Amino acid sequence: MVNRTRSIRQPLTSTVAVNGVLLIAALYFLLPILWVLVAATKSPGELFSSFGLWFTDSPQAWLNLTNVFTQDGGIFTSWILNSVLYSAVGAFAATILSAACGYAIAKFPFRGRELLFSIILGGVLVPATVIALPLYFLLNAVDLTGTYWSVLLPSMVSPFGVYLARIHANAAVPDEIIEAARIDGAGDLRIFGAIAARMMTPALVTIFLFQFVTIWNNYLLPLVMLNEARTFPLTLGLTLWNSQTQRDPMFYQLVVTGSALSAVLLVALMIGLQRFWRADLTAGATKG
Amino acid sequence: MSQTRAAGRVLRPAPAPAPQSPRGSGPARGSGPTRAGQRRRHSRAALLVMVAPFAVMFAAFFLAPIVYAINDSLFSTKASGLGFGAPEKTFVLFANYATALGDPSFIESLGRLLAFAAIEVPLMVVTAVGLALLIDSAGARFPRIFRVVFFIPYGVPGVIAALLWGFLYIPATSPILQVLSVLGIDLNPLSTDSILFAIANIALWGFAGYNMFILIAALNAIPSELFEAAKIDGASEWAITWRIKLPLVRPSVILVTVFTIIGTLQLFVEPLVLRPLTTAISSDYTPNLAAYNQAFSQGNPNLAAAMAVIVALLGFAFSFGFLRLVNRKGDRAW
Repeated sequence: MVNRTRSIRQPLTSTVAVNGVLLIAALYFLLPILWVLVAATKSPGELFSSFGLWFTDSPQAWLNLTNVFTQDGGIFTSWILNSVLYSAVGAFAATILSAACGYAIAKFPFRGRELLFSIILGGVLVPATVIALPLYFLLNAVDLTGTYWSVLLPSMVSPFGVYLARIHANAAVPDEIIEAARIDGAGDLRIFGAIAARMMTPALVTIFLFQFVTIWNNYLLPLVMLNEARTFPLTLGLTLWNSQTQRDPMFYQLVVTGSALSAVLLVALMIGLQRFWRADLTAGATKG
Repeated sequence: MSQTRAAGRVLRPAPAPAPQSPRGSGPARGSGPTRAGQRRRHSRAALLVMVAPFAVMFAAFFLAPIVYAINDSLFSTKASGLGFGAPEKTFVLFANYATALGDPSFIESLGRLLAFAAIEVPLMVVTAVGLALLIDSAGARFPRIFRVVFFIPYGVPGVIAALLWGFLYIPATSPILQVLSVLGIDLNPLSTDSILFAIANIALWGFAGYNMFILIAALNAIPSELFEAAKIDGASEWAITWRIKLPLVRPSVILVTVFTIIGTLQLFVEPLVLRPLTTAISSDYTPNLAAYNQAFSQGNPNLAAAMAVIVALLGFAFSFGFLRLVNRKGDRAW
């Protein structure tokens, strides 16, 4: 981020105040993550008997890790792979579907186009919790519940993606280029696939990342749809373990280490990809 | 405020589409009638290929469940005979709604949801705006690092966030409570009095950074000439913040507020995860929990559907009510 106002000389006290508040906020946002990283190195007993933000004398991070990956025949690995599968495939399909639709709405005047767009936008307003329950009964009627498809298919629909794609196609794909390609004899599908999609890349990346995180974090949909632990994503798997802590306190440590792993995984992804979260993409919501 | 991350969704009708060039799309005017006809057919086919897949999926996984829920909420399912026969569906019109709204514990859960929204929405908006302005201010050091750090919790699933905060809310594992206790302050975030704040804190932790991100994007979109002009006129940083930045990011603030309202109404995961830790959370603590409970434990999907529709209507009412309220004063936000 460029700080345009930096050239102003700031009084020292206000600089200290600003950065002090930012630092306190940073501690707040990092605290649970620091806690879980430290806790993941402890034995189940020490989890409850030692100070939460410092390591114990006998850290056992490696043992905890091995336990997480060997528990229930290595099911944790399946959960990670399932989460990756649901998120990557779902987000990929969502990106293509919404990009094509958003582009068409932006660049083709057709009857009912504004109505279609309004209905899609209305979809953004509907809480997912409202959709998940009836969706279960619908998919149950066609025998899809319990399958990978029951989570994958609904994840491929991103009304927000259509919105972003439309905004970005309007802003980034000039009509002149489409027209020129048409004169050169390119079909509309080819123009979209070979030219427009490339110009919309930042939007496509954002739609993908947004949908990826949304699916990765989703809990209610897999909760109502899936019944077989092997098909669970991480979120569901960890709560399954959490529900077993009353039977066997050892599960506390599994939940803690598993949570630490999943947090690290996503945090690494966030930091690695943060430059792709294109700030200007929300411009449609702020300009005009 | 959880699984769907509705808070992240941008909703606002697009700005008017860019003016199309005369031959922008569809029929190529000016060429011969046969050629034009051919073009049109090509375009129609292409249009269909691009719009239909999303439209079909949207209809199947968004519209159909809504229609299904509304329809289902008007029926009642009763096991016929001794419970061995096929269940019978009878049309009962609004009986399920009457049952839901006549149930004191459901009404209580609605009230709880409103109380939660009253805590969460202002807390979220003030925090997100405050952090965005601080990071954007002239005095901020390392704004990039802070931005990433605040954004990180958005990547932690709501369930995991609730699990982690759960550990930070019980004295046996919480370093915060332990330190406070040494200082002579005994807090119990999971008590009946403070549980709503404890839940609000989890949602705030998860989404403040994302909302801040939207607001920073809006702040970056302000043309820098405005700041230069203000500086030349001798405006202080404070004046620039109040007189220029805040008014210009108003649409984004409204956006963040609407998302937070929608997200708040989804309250489900946090109470579900915290429930085993405290007696303050019942099985129908929020309307969504109640609906989930009716559908999967009580075996009454029709009542569950009615409850879900009530939550959706409440969401629409609040979102649109808020938008009307802010749009009435001064300029239209969207």
